[in-house]
Amino acid sequence: MSANIATFATILFSMILVNNYVLVQFLGICPFLGVSKKLDSSVGMGVAVIVVMVIATAVTFPMQIFLLDANNLGYMQTIIFILVIAVLVQLIEITLKRYIPALYNALGVYLPLITTNCCVLGVAILAVQDYGGDVAEYGFGFAFAEALVCAAGAGIGFLLAMVLFCGVRSRVENADPPESFKGLPITLVSAAITSLSFMGFGGLVENIIAALL
Amino acid sequence: MNNPIVFAVVVLTLLGLAGGLILVLASKFMAVYEDPRIAEVTACLAGANCGGCGYAGCADYAKAIVMDGAPIHKCAPGGDKAADSIAAIMGAEAGDRPAMRAFVSCNGGENCGVRFDYSGIKSCAAAAGVAGGPTACAFGCLGFGDCVSACKFGALSVQHGVAVVDRTKCTGCTACTKACPRGLLKMKPVAPQPAVLCRNKERGAAVVKMCKTGCIACGLCVKNCPQQAIFLHNNVARIDYTKCNGCGTCVSKCPKKVIHFMDGGPTSVDAPVPEYAVL
Repeated sequence: MSANIATFATILFSMILVNNYVLVQFLGICPFLGVSKKLDSSVGMGVAVIVVMVIATAVTFPMQIFLLDANNLGYMQTIIFILVIAVLVQLIEITLKRYIPALYNALGVYLPLITTNCCVLGVAILAVQDYGGDVAEYGFGFAFAEALVCAAGAGIGFLLAMVLFCGVRSRVENADPPESFKGLPITLVSAAITSLSFMGFGGLVENIIAALL
Repeated sequence: MNNPIVFAVVVLTLLGLAGGLILVLASKFMAVYEDPRIAEVTACLAGANCGGCGYAGCADYAKAIVMDGAPIHKCAPGGDKAADSIAAIMGAEAGDRPAMRAFVSCNGGENCGVRFDYSGIKSCAAAAGVAGGPTACAFGCLGFGDCVSACKFGALSVQHGVAVVDRTKCTGCTACTKACPRGLLKMKPVAPQPAVLCRNKERGAAVVKMCKTGCIACGLCVKNCPQQAIFLHNNVARIDYTKCNGCGTCVSKCPKKVIHFMDGGPTSVDAPVPEYAVL
């Protein structure tokens, strides 16, 4: 059991820190640059991404194992995942609007934005790539749980990156850079430096978790 | 089914159909009734999403009008036209609609002294927070233009170190009044009445040392106003716009040139007061 916890904790924290989707794998850069101007909108976007990533992975992972792999249709992964995630996000939006209006008001604006966002598709595909092989070895349940933890970690990592970068950006807004750097150039430079700081986590998490348990 | 291409097409088509069906059913069974008037009212508003009405945006304000009965005259950029068309939709009276424009109640800028050299963040809010601000006058315009960036209509600019409102572009949305850390942006009726461009509460002798164009509370304007519309409050002249008829006596009498016409010229003292100038 302890080994299981260690596995899941390692996956979770390495997705948040070491393999951070935005800052290390460079997926989902468009919302990262577009919605990070204000703290409340970046938090809203981050939470929406967590929800969508987990639900999307929960649907696409079994679909890959039981529908695509079982019928040798692995090459259709991308197109089918896009289709399924698009339908899913629309469905979540309609359901939230009907049953949980408060949550809809908080996430509503951001849900359509991430319908076919690359980081959502990325986590669905990479979860299959990384943990699809574990189905044969450890059984479907365990591999599925691994994929879900991976998706949650990716979402939390996205939220972390958004909030951190929002803070960086509010400092940059008040600074007085040279005329040619104003606007997007200085934003990209500061994004690069923020990303650089996350490179320092490489190889750290596995050893920490191993030491803790 | 042996042909992989046919199989792939069939699987994708079925998945697409299933997804479409689910969405159609979901939107049918989980439809939320929305008052159609919300969309109509939104269409009447200016659509600038300036937030001057105090709501999160035009759609939010429209929702508040329809659902919570919010007052309908708050859309300053839309003006009377918007209020009238909303009144037609909601079947209500338009009510009071003050037509106000912003003005900067300071004309210091380069006329105002400097207490220290400020080289920090180029923002009024930040500068005002450093030891009471770099300007000699603790009430005057800092000139970094927080109001300029708050204005969605390009009506504000900083000229000679002091913010100036272009009242032909101003829509009266009041966004700038919240942005100024010193509360210098005030609303004033559209009518061509003069305005006191100073907020310095210090006594006259102190003001003279700080600013070439500060109100020294001499009271000449109070004594000379034919309408008794001017009074002194906290060592600054104030104009009661319900009494002012825009004659301009105070503008010519003020020894420090603090009282200015904001738009339109002065009307002659003898000339009859135009109808629109009286509020």
